[in-house]
Amino acid sequence: MANPQIILASDVTTNRPHSNVAEVEQKLGTLELVWGISAVRKTVLIIVLALIWQAYAVYLDNPLLFPTLSDTLITMYDRFADGVLPARIWTTLQVLITGYVAGTALAALLTILAINTRIGTDFLETMTAMFNPLPAISLLPLALIWFGLGASSLVFVLIHSVLWAVALNTHAGFLGVSRTLRMVGGNYGLTGLSYVLRILVPAAFPSILTGLKIGWAFAWRTLIAAELVFGVSSGQGGLGWFIFENRNLLDIPAVFAGLLTVIIIGLVVENLVFQTIERHTIQKWGMKE
Amino acid sequence: MLQATQRMTHGITETADAHGQGASRSLLTVDKVTLRYKTPNLLVTATEDVSFSVEQSDRFVLLGPSGCGKSTLLKAVGGYMTPVSGSIHINGRPVKKPGADRMMVFQEFDQLLPWKTVLENVMFPLLVARKLPRAEAEERARDYIDKVKLTRAADSYPHTLSGGMKQRVAIARGMAMQPDILLMDEPFAALDALTRRQMQDELLQLWDDTKFTVIFVTHSIAEAIKISNRILLLSPHPGRVKAEVIDVDQARTDDGSAAALERDIHNLLFSEPGHRE
Repeated sequence: MANPQIILASDVTTNRPHSNVAEVEQKLGTLELVWGISAVRKTVLIIVLALIWQAYAVYLDNPLLFPTLSDTLITMYDRFADGVLPARIWTTLQVLITGYVAGTALAALLTILAINTRIGTDFLETMTAMFNPLPAISLLPLALIWFGLGASSLVFVLIHSVLWAVALNTHAGFLGVSRTLRMVGGNYGLTGLSYVLRILVPAAFPSILTGLKIGWAFAWRTLIAAELVFGVSSGQGGLGWFIFENRNLLDIPAVFAGLLTVIIIGLVVENLVFQTIERHTIQKWGMKE
Repeated sequence: MLQATQRMTHGITETADAHGQGASRSLLTVDKVTLRYKTPNLLVTATEDVSFSVEQSDRFVLLGPSGCGKSTLLKAVGGYMTPVSGSIHINGRPVKKPGADRMMVFQEFDQLLPWKTVLENVMFPLLVARKLPRAEAEERARDYIDKVKLTRAADSYPHTLSGGMKQRVAIARGMAMQPDILLMDEPFAALDALTRRQMQDELLQLWDDTKFTVIFVTHSIAEAIKISNRILLLSPHPGRVKAEVIDVDQARTDDGSAAALERDIHNLLFSEPGHRE
């Protein structure tokens, strides 16, 4: 019987190795490359929309109802220059950061309790089930009675808007950590808080980040809405108050400028801050779904 | 079954004599251990009355078909389960909870911490469990990363590695801790056949280097024969010790004795009707 043989492919040694590369890989055209960048496409879209806005407002010629884009931008520049808008932004951000940090800290406390004790789990689940469906802004009237017209009422409402979203996502993230990773943590002799901080938190970081993002979105919207209802705290209002005040003065370009500022800050935080965090953590770790 | 036992060429002995002696000197003794775990509607007895002992520098394999409780047994040695009856001692101390003196290598690729690089993954237990100073931990970690031939991947994150490389990191991490015993739970089962063979060879080279003690769980008879010097054969439902094979490292592939041993073990494991997989 014949023995097994290995027959080499006939062209392995003879052919020209690189002669066909051009056919396998071809460069795309410059235009096609540029159009492939989503930021470019979105910028083009925004420019088109801005032009439509400008054209329609000029055609309408009614600055009380719909100011032109150029008026809005000029007003925005003026208000920045005279220091009104920066002061308003600063007031809003101060309250926001206080509430956000306090809410997140409370959420951390609750989830750590929940992951370590069964009664803690029950407490967290019951509280999130009860309060998560309740829009934070609906607590504002009550907060005004309890804490008066001031930053503390806003902070209270903000905590409520951040706490449950962050706690819910963090807890779900902890529960979703794979059994293998938990066993690895146990293998290293980690227990209690160091186990939570060194294994659970990083392992559940995608969920935690989602919770922080949702919490931020809730907080930002809630705060602007709350300031619209009442905005003066210690003599100085925030961005929501800026919008409300200028509407009363019928300074509609300033209203638009305020809205634009709200959008821009929201965009910066959601797309710059959180995306940067994401890129340096879960994307780098290959944990992004 | 007794006849089968006596025909064995490489000394499958009846279990009673295999660990009757030297229990006090053994590195690890598992004595009449019964393990049970609960599923939502069942109480499953995984192993019953299992005894064995592992000596220094053993490559000890737990072998059996699925359902024989070999992984559960390993988890109990790891300290993740408490026996219903019987006892497990390591160096004379009872095993109560997981600890870094018994490093585990799991089958799953996600056993590496994805937020740490290869180097940091190997260093991490040295820092938190051994409390080594940073420089010393890094030196030792690099040493073991070299040993498993991952020098160039030391600063990569786990998600960029192949399955085989991930398992090598896990092995390096376990060995760098220089544990009393390395516990390996089917570490190569999820690898493709070629990588698997390569990893088995590399594991044996590492053992030649450092003569570490390892318990290795597998359901592949060929892998067991290749890796081990002693094999504990378990029968399923519930897991009981069926036999112990000693001097497995005397079996050779070139004269066919390994193949013969593989056949004998196979016949022994599947001799009873109804236990075919």
